[in-house]
Amino acid sequence: MKYSSQMVAKPYFIFALMLLAGEILFGLTMSIQYIYGDFAFPAIPFNVLRMVHVNLLIVLLLFGFMGSTYYLIPEEAERELWSPLLAKITFWIFLIAGVATILGYLLVPYAELAKLTMNDLWPTMGREFLEQPTITKIGIVFVVLSYLLNVTMTVIKGRKTTISIILLTGLFGLAFFFLFAFYVPDNLVMDKFFWWFVVHLWVEATWELILGALLAFVLVKLTGVDREHIDKWLYLIIAMTLIAGLAGTGHHFFFMGAPGYWLWIGSIASAAEPIPFFLMILFAYNMIKNRRIQDDNKMALTWAKGTAVVGFLGAGVWGFMHTLAPVNYYTHGTQLTAAHGHLSFFGAYVMIVFTMISYAMPILRGRPHGNCAKAQKVELASFWLMVIGMIGLTLALTVAGVMQIEMQRIPDSAHALVFMEAQAKITPVYIVRSLFGVMTFLGLLTYFYSFFIKDDKKVA
Amino acid sequence: MSERITKDMARNIYFGGGIFAILIFVGLAFDSAHQIPKLSHSENITKSVVAGKKIWENNDCVGCHTLLGEGAYYAPELGNVFQRLGSSDETTFKAYMQGWMAAQPLDTPNRRKMPQFHLTPEQVNDLADFLIWTSKVNTQQWPPNIQG
Repeated sequence: MKYSSQMVAKPYFIFALMLLAGEILFGLTMSIQYIYGDFAFPAIPFNVLRMVHVNLLIVLLLFGFMGSTYYLIPEEAERELWSPLLAKITFWIFLIAGVATILGYLLVPYAELAKLTMNDLWPTMGREFLEQPTITKIGIVFVVLSYLLNVTMTVIKGRKTTISIILLTGLFGLAFFFLFAFYVPDNLVMDKFFWWFVVHLWVEATWELILGALLAFVLVKLTGVDREHIDKWLYLIIAMTLIAGLAGTGHHFFFMGAPGYWLWIGSIASAAEPIPFFLMILFAYNMIKNRRIQDDNKMALTWAKGTAVVGFLGAGVWGFMHTLAPVNYYTHGTQLTAAHGHLSFFGAYVMIVFTMISYAMPILRGRPHGNCAKAQKVELASFWLMVIGMIGLTLALTVAGVMQIEMQRIPDSAHALVFMEAQAKITPVYIVRSLFGVMTFLGLLTYFYSFFIKDDKKVA
Repeated sequence: MSERITKDMARNIYFGGGIFAILIFVGLAFDSAHQIPKLSHSENITKSVVAGKKIWENNDCVGCHTLLGEGAYYAPELGNVFQRLGSSDETTFKAYMQGWMAAQPLDTPNRRKMPQFHLTPEQVNDLADFLIWTSKVNTQQWPPNIQG
């Protein structure tokens, strides 16, 4: 560690990992309700489980991005963080607000929570992924603003690199598009249209800039390849991200009441959305092939390759599968969407956070050459458990989606199966999905265990 | 490919392509925001429809159901429930809704459960009005059949 203020990243990383454990546990509970509808009902109805499951994901990724930034920015700017104290305060405020919101979901009925938080004053609740009470959303804005201030001041006062500028661009984009969460028109179609400005323009535009910058940083550090070269790749990747990803928002506007021209524009633009993810694979493998240094932290490189490959599979391949309007006509809102969502979030975003944690945590814990061989071996096992678990549950959801489409969507109205009957027939596949979910969770536990393995040869 | 492309060229592609993409997207978004009120029959949004949307949101219905294909995939699509279970008739649909909402949770062992939301008859009426309005949105003929 070059700058002592990089230490503020540590609690962000640890808390992100704890939230990930929670996220998976809630996911597993939901997967059991898919099979036994009475499980945990009425204690925690499905919609509450799902709210917690997806909100934990979003919050853990924000914590992961923040931790990553606080580690990366001082090294890129070649100076201490503008205010380590502010970063610590923001951590605790965000943690308390996050935990209070999750407890609110779990302890009182949602309608009660809406009343308690005076949602009527400025209604923003009850939309997918944006279920947080308005007061929490305002809190998120303040947390993000203080974080942006801290990072921006550090960059302004220090060295400006392509990586840090692109990371900042992504972060400002994240903050800007979140503001659409506060716009809830009475017209449902308008509401949906601008809701995608948060959801799509986060995950398929601004977050990809963050992903690219973090990946480039780790590759600079671990391969020693010339920055000119790395920066060039990064620019090409994010150029394709914006060119394909912005108009690609149109693939969400096919069947929800927006004008018909989105059928064409959304299909054509989003057909190009796999390109930046494919470039990321070429980028990672090329840089590693041409590396000039051999870093002992082999696991960080494994995660970097992993996030490029699984991100491409989840976002690129599984996204392209149903992004063309004539295909999406049958797949829209089926389990196929869930399959794509799971592998893309895991591959592109959870795994880049793992990459940063695996690179930075050993250094933050006083192990500049990475964890000992034994710990890395365990971490490698956890890598494969999680990756195979996630690919397995994605394949199961894909089979579930195809079955659902065959039974419920393709036949005409006289012959199509009712939703609930089709779901009953898919139950065996949902059992397989749960088992792969358990495997993923075991992988995460193995990952946690790798933190506690000490080097036998050296006395710590 | 990369040897012939310099960093400066890549940066120009990013700025040029990025600005071009933003302009196109913003332009189309403005046009859509202009057209959507007509396509969705905004003029038919009554007080009851607005109240129904609030009830839909305040009970996180989208946490189990899809509405025009968006939401969770645990429970049936409700964008066309007016046609499916109400035979496109307001009286039939509202009677159905009152009975359905009051009967939750159903007593079928291990069937997926819908919670009891304790809505008043007026609230159920508003919710029904919201779903009726939604069912008339121009969705480019989606869903493919009545089962949603």
